[in-house]
Amino acid sequence: MRELINMVVVLTGISLASGGLLASLRENTQERIDQQVLEFVKGPSVRSVFKDATNDPIATRFQLKDGEAVRTLFVGEIEGAFRGVALEAAGKGYKGEIGLVVAIDTQTGKVIGINVTTHSETPGLGAKAKTDPAFAAQFKGAPVSGPAKVTQDGGSINAISGATITSRAVAGGVSNAFTIYERLKPQIEQKLKEIRK
Amino acid sequence: MAKTLVQEFTKGLWAEIPPFRLVLGLCPTLAITNTLENAYGMGVAVTFVLTFSNILISALRKIIPPKVRIVAFIVVIATFVIVVELVMQAYTYALFLKLGIFIPLIVVNCIPMGRAEAFASKNGMVRSALDGLGLGLGYTIALSVLATFRQVIATGAITIYETPISLFGPAFEPFRFLVEAPGAFICLGLMLGLMNILGKK
Repeated sequence: MRELINMVVVLTGISLASGGLLASLRENTQERIDQQVLEFVKGPSVRSVFKDATNDPIATRFQLKDGEAVRTLFVGEIEGAFRGVALEAAGKGYKGEIGLVVAIDTQTGKVIGINVTTHSETPGLGAKAKTDPAFAAQFKGAPVSGPAKVTQDGGSINAISGATITSRAVAGGVSNAFTIYERLKPQIEQKLKEIRK
Repeated sequence: MAKTLVQEFTKGLWAEIPPFRLVLGLCPTLAITNTLENAYGMGVAVTFVLTFSNILISALRKIIPPKVRIVAFIVVIATFVIVVELVMQAYTYALFLKLGIFIPLIVVNCIPMGRAEAFASKNGMVRSALDGLGLGLGYTIALSVLATFRQVIATGAITIYETPISLFGPAFEPFRFLVEAPGAFICLGLMLGLMNILGKK
């Protein structure tokens, strides 16, 4: 009996100390880890959609509540003004979700650029959505007022040959980004005003 | 046969150098020795975990009941592994991405567990600290040697920090095979053979 109690007490003690140490360490490193994840996971995509930005779009970011979700938006300084915002959206691809970063010019209401971040499409076919810059470049200048569509659906985006589903998914994802943008527009403009100050 | 404190430290560097002599911790040895940076990054992580888990287990050796000692060891080791994981994520994220799953897998690596059971639970704190530090350093050296060999021959370059440095210029014909998985086995085998020849008296 004594031995049993001893075992329980010692193991509880060790686990408590371990839990306490890790909780406090997590608390202290959380902010830096989030920043590193942004930098390494989303950083390359955000930088590539804001090729001409004169600021660091990763550093200039804000968060907005969108219903249940919290969205992180990145701000790009274009031609001397903070007018570009990049947001994340997703479309349903041939095999799972296709993650996108879409940058929108808030003054003209047109797309600055898009970039595929994550996908699990077929290599050589659907995967071209990420590897072939010519496909993504077609979205440049598309107006946010209407959804982006591939030519088969009456739009202007030429689908990747052999990967219509993927192309539709990307167009759908970009359109999702438009919807999110339109929904959050008043809040985004408010935030941009604060940043400009 | 009592060892001096210096011997306690230096045994890990040659006589008991982990992957070559004890032949422990081989999974990361084979998997991540494709660049020098990965190798010493892993080595430093293991050294940290090994040293601190050795010290703590040695300090607690009289109060840990023998029947639950393995559980207690695992909790201690796992704690330090998560410490390493969080710190790497916060400060060296690029390296963390490359080492990936092998950092959390230090928990089930035989070296910390083996040293806790075979050494730290029977010896004092100073000796345990030196034992951990020595073996960790030995592990780092072993991985670095193996990685240098593999990376230089396979790619003609060496990664000391982040970007590979080309050593032989454009005329070098890379022997890619050595950075693939089978190449790892062959290199490790050659290294073990070499160690046995050198260690023969």
